[in-house]
Amino acid sequence: MIESVSYETLMSQRAEIMKQSVGIDYAQYETGVLAFDYERLLADTGYDVNTACEIQSNTAVGHTPLIELKNITELVRAVAKPGKGARIFVKDEAANPSGSFKDRRASLSVHQAKQKNYTGVVAATSGNYGAAVASQAAKAGLRCIVVQEAFDSQGIAQPEIAEKTRACEAYGAEVIRLSVGPELFYVFLRVLKETGYFNASLYTPYSVLGIETLGYELAVQMQEQQAVFPDVVIATHAGGGNVTGTARGLRKAGAVDTQVIAASVDLSGLHMASDHDFNRKSFTTGHTGFSIPFTSWPDRVDVPRNAARALRYMDRFVTVTQGEVFYITQVLAELEGLQRGPAGNTSLAAAFVIAQELDKEKIIVVQETEYTGAGKHPFSQLNLAKQMGVEVRRGDPKDNKPGQHIVIPEHPSQITVTDVELDHVRRSYLHHAIESLNQGEHLSDVDIDFLAAETHSSKTYVQEVINALC
Amino acid sequence: MTELIVKGTWVEVYNLVLPAGERAPQVPEDTQKVPLEMRTKGFLVKPASLGDETEIVTTVGRRLRGKLIEVNPAYTHQFGPPTPELSAIGEEVRAILRARGQLK
Ligand SMILES: Cc1ncc(COP(=O)(O)O)c(C=O)c1O
Repeated sequence: MIESVSYETLMSQRAEIMKQSVGIDYAQYETGVLAFDYERLLADTGYDVNTACEIQSNTAVGHTPLIELKNITELVRAVAKPGKGARIFVKDEAANPSGSFKDRRASLSVHQAKQKNYTGVVAATSGNYGAAVASQAAKAGLRCIVVQEAFDSQGIAQPEIAEKTRACEAYGAEVIRLSVGPELFYVFLRVLKETGYFNASLYTPYSVLGIETLGYELAVQMQEQQAVFPDVVIATHAGGGNVTGTARGLRKAGAVDTQVIAASVDLSGLHMASDHDFNRKSFTTGHTGFSIPFTSWPDRVDVPRNAARALRYMDRFVTVTQGEVFYITQVLAELEGLQRGPAGNTSLAAAFVIAQELDKEKIIVVQETEYTGAGKHPFSQLNLAKQMGVEVRRGDPKDNKPGQHIVIPEHPSQITVTDVELDHVRRSYLHHAIESLNQGEHLSDVDIDFLAAETHSSKTYVQEVINALC
Repeated sequence: MTELIVKGTWVEVYNLVLPAGERAPQVPEDTQKVPLEMRTKGFLVKPASLGDETEIVTTVGRRLRGKLIEVNPAYTHQFGPPTPELSAIGEEVRAILRARGQLK
């Protein structure tokens, strides 16, 4: 072992390290035994949506095109019932400097770090967010370290993460690559402590406020282009920042009736901390391995309170299969001339189905694309899948089984969505909430109100579920 | 193998963070059986050979010790061969649009 600071010692300093590295005293926002003042936590940062837009404009983040996918809409109508087949638009977030909406998420953190005279930023992420933080840090003249879970015990790197390593290094960041496991957090803490850098966590208020501009912008653009707000916005969902920030931004723009749908790739049966499963997922984000646990209990992150609280904002939550996402990725390239993905194409696959449920004049927005390339492209993932013994074939996507068979649909009519029962997720959230209580702690009225807001339900609902649990 | 790599070369070092069997309790069984490993790149501080315990300076100026495992490590992620299971999709969906008179 390489370090004198033991796992236990470091973990015991966790709260102090986090306070130093984020500069937020979360304790002051506690209002009950579970409740905290979420809105005040966000508001106290001083970044409203206009300020965020301004800061982002300085680094060419945002103002991405909103593109109508006319050919895909026609394909929807070819398989939909008469009169059905909503128009599908996509917000081309790949146009951001590092190639995804994560630039929005990174921008305020890096801005804040610079304002507060930190000399560098650290982020624990294997995804686009690392590249985004590295890119923003490069522009701001700050040092950057990215800690990734990158390879399995055979030394085989997940190709999409390998591409992120390359991208981060291209921006001059240091990348610490680890094998599989949640103890990444220990290495992350060690680096924070050693460097005194700012924790550009995915889950601080800065992160979520940075994403609000995405929802805000797309609502304004849709008004400009079509003189309406979108009927539905679909967001690829993992840790919850994307859904949370987008939904909040939509509301701030006045799009209060827009339905917000979260979409994830179904990876059921695969374990997120399993060395064996690591390279058998074919997706690194936007999947149920993150979205199910994070939606049903968001406070499982590096900071004391997760500012990404997706269950508050989603009206519906659906899953699609791996094979369906690969299929729609190919369709997007060949019918719309857009090579994008993987992540945004999860909500595109869902949009393909949800558009069939809606009348022709309705409008759906897929709220992001991301750049693609070596490592991120379906070829990279499917070649690795085959190498790992996963079967790839054409067929009925109902036979898709994560880690065993990736089934590419034979016809667009075979694409479906599976609804994740929100009632089930809410109950699971409340179950976690009760479990998290310490001995002798009792829920007050403030807590019940908080839980109703958290679960996007009512006090009566919360009371009923809790009474049944206790 | 004993060839000395010059100071300042871009290299990768290896560290064992947690040995197998000493992983966090919540980690599944298969992961328990393998160590938590770390690889970091930087510039070599003093001449060293592959396999040596050595020191690097990372791009942020951090000094780190570890076993020298790679010299100027390559990026090896790629596309690989095209996936036959995807290659017919374009023509299939264009045929659907053609049948509706949407495409020539
Ligand atoms: C391009 C892209 N889309 C969507 C997501 C999911 O976002 P979130 O984790 O905030 O739900 C991610 C990040 O993991 C991403 O990189």
